[in-house]
Amino acid sequence: MNSHQDYILQVRGLTKTFAGVVALDNVQLNIRKGEVHALMGENGAGKSTLMKLLIGLLKPDSGEISFEGTDLTTSHVREVMKRGISMIHQEMQVVPELTVAQNIFLGREANGKLFSWLNDRNLTERAGQLLKQMGVNIRPDSQMKYLSVAQMQMVEIAKAISNNARVIIMDEPTSALSDKEVATLFGLISDLKQKGVAIIYISHKMEEIFTIADTITVLRDGKYMATKPAAEFDIHTLITMMVGREIDTLFPVSTTRPGKEVLSVRQLCRKGKFSDISFDVYEGEILGIAGLMGAGRTEVASAIYGLDPADSGELYIKGEKVSINAPQDAIGHGIGYVSEDRKKFGFIPHLSVRENITLASLPKYAKGGVVQAKSESETANVMMADLKIKASSSAQPVKQLSGGNQQKVVIGKILLSSPSIIILDEPTRGIDIGAKAEIYKLINQLKETGTAIILISSELPELLGMSDRILVLAKGHQTAVLSAREATQETIMHYAMEV
Amino acid sequence: MEKDSTLIKGGDYGGIRIRDAGKYVLLIVLVAICIALAMTTPRFFTVQNLMIIVTQVSINALLAFGVTFVIITGGIDLSIGSIVAVTGVVAASFAHPDTYPVIVPIGVGLLAGLLFGAFNGFVVTRTKVPPFIVTLGTMTIGRGLALILSKGRPVSNLSDSFNFIGGGKVLGVPTLIIILVVFFVVCTVILKKTVIGRYMYAVGGNEQAAKASGIQLSTVKMIVYTLCGGLAALAGILLTSRITTGQPNAGAGFELDAIAAAIIGGTSTAGGAGTMTGTLLGALLIGVISNGLDLLNVTSYYQQVVMGIIIIGAVVLDSLKHTKNG
Repeated sequence: MNSHQDYILQVRGLTKTFAGVVALDNVQLNIRKGEVHALMGENGAGKSTLMKLLIGLLKPDSGEISFEGTDLTTSHVREVMKRGISMIHQEMQVVPELTVAQNIFLGREANGKLFSWLNDRNLTERAGQLLKQMGVNIRPDSQMKYLSVAQMQMVEIAKAISNNARVIIMDEPTSALSDKEVATLFGLISDLKQKGVAIIYISHKMEEIFTIADTITVLRDGKYMATKPAAEFDIHTLITMMVGREIDTLFPVSTTRPGKEVLSVRQLCRKGKFSDISFDVYEGEILGIAGLMGAGRTEVASAIYGLDPADSGELYIKGEKVSINAPQDAIGHGIGYVSEDRKKFGFIPHLSVRENITLASLPKYAKGGVVQAKSESETANVMMADLKIKASSSAQPVKQLSGGNQQKVVIGKILLSSPSIIILDEPTRGIDIGAKAEIYKLINQLKETGTAIILISSELPELLGMSDRILVLAKGHQTAVLSAREATQETIMHYAMEV
Repeated sequence: MEKDSTLIKGGDYGGIRIRDAGKYVLLIVLVAICIALAMTTPRFFTVQNLMIIVTQVSINALLAFGVTFVIITGGIDLSIGSIVAVTGVVAASFAHPDTYPVIVPIGVGLLAGLLFGAFNGFVVTRTKVPPFIVTLGTMTIGRGLALILSKGRPVSNLSDSFNFIGGGKVLGVPTLIIILVVFFVVCTVILKKTVIGRYMYAVGGNEQAAKASGIQLSTVKMIVYTLCGGLAALAGILLTSRITTGQPNAGAGFELDAIAAAIIGGTSTAGGAGTMTGTLLGALLIGVISNGLDLLNVTSYYQQVVMGIIIIGAVVLDSLKHTKNG
């Protein structure tokens, strides 16, 4: 039905190996003008390698990339950009000390000639016009570091447009955006589509893919699986193709009944963040906390954990009143916390799996201040096996692991201190679906051993699938506690939007 | 298509003002110290003494300009003191009376410095060895080379025309001051007005972003180290001319003063930020304080302690400034 001329970008037989490991194996990709083409696959499926090859950051072992009839297979980044392929990286690739305009035109100031003059006034003017055309109100002369993530992303898109990009690659563009900002981004994407710009869209968020994608290509283990119109997929078939097995049991069934009350929170307040929060969590129970961005979910969690203590209110653990003013107090009372920002709070990247797992309970494995290597590594190995952490050995640095395995290391570290209450803040953010299923299983195992669990999540299916009860917050107030039976996406959203 | 208004906020101009304010703080401190010194000792605020200060500062400032380029890209160059010695000895060897015209020792000296710097750049870009280690190594190599080339003895008996470059006066103004002003302008223009200058900030500010923008990291670094070597050579030639001898032991420890000037001037050791004006003010501050302490008969032992405190103080101030903007 479609002739080859429709394709703006064609990739054929692309293969790339790293030190003997095949990252991409004979992959194809065909992108049409003006479409949003989702590229799907688990972490490690080869999406980032493919993108790096497309934009010239890597050179393929074999295969070819042709863009508007020109061969780009061995072109360098600058050449590829000039031709009209741009990428918006997940970790924003900006220079914080330079201005918006200077970032937009970085690398192309005077056609990139190293020894020529700069004309900043001209750059600022052009950047201003461009941002205005996009309908985004950002000052071209403000320094990049004062922008929000969403604004930086708009600047990156402006950079791509100014580059006359006809293909824009977006890698997890919404991972740090609020719902409102996502809407703005999608508006901008549809403007771009109308101008004939093709978008290659990478995201782990399923709903997003079905909202925005016209076509979906699936990769698995470095191999090409299929390309089909998005309408021919549903969530189930898409996941099955990505994972290679059926994950209908994404959320495990639990048979435990909640036991005795473990944690009681009464009238917890922190000025400007949340007020009058009261709830109980029982042994072997998962209490979900739902709410929109800024509803105060993480703030409540960090108050319970003592990171940012509450101004007033009471905490009871197993019926006894406790005061928690610092994380040490919380740990002493058997509370464990898995932060939403695992890169920042979760692990130390250069240290090994073993060292990270035992970090919080090292004194247990030391005699007279000397770490007992044997007992330490035995413990770490047991934990690795229990959590099915995929690493070459317990000596592998955590920074080399996939996101899902990093998260398991963080959870392992918390488990080692055998807490009776665990707070999980966005435990599956940025993790692929296979690893998600394993983390859910793990949470359930904890539940079955009688641990009280507080699960904070922005993904409603996750909350609905896992929780026994769901506490809903809106703008720092508690608007509902729903039982698993009452809770649906609609009821949760209803209470979450309540003022 | 309706665009979200939440994106509108934060087009905030404050940052630029705050950065400028940082520069003014240094200027105000400098002026305040000058006034304090002028009030305590009558010998400070004389044309003659001020000329002495600027003359003394000029060699450190030239080195500091070079190292500012390097630090902005996120690197460091510890070898500049040794480059001063090598280039001084090399230039002196070609500067004996009635041998070559004065342009030859200058040219050969500069060439030696540029090559030395290029070698630093080559090793830094071709290997994954951190610049600190690379230039620590070349610092020692350079010192050795200077001793080898001079056979361990000072190279003296230099021509009058060579001695004029760093020791003469034009219309009553020491040549060193003229050269300092010229190179201050040149370096500022390179940093602020040229593409390569922009790339220095980009490479130091976010190497990945610079790479993704199609900037050749190795080219930029190569240029920066070469430039730094060239400026160190200039300092070496001027010093040799001023003391009328090529000293193989000259310039030892100069790298630390130069780095101190850059850091006091607000150059970020993490890369991505810094200005030549700041570096010049930093060098002047160091010069004024040590001159003032001399005039007040404070022994040089105490001067070192004071200087150390100032360096740490400047960085603490800078970090406070940053956390405030968070």
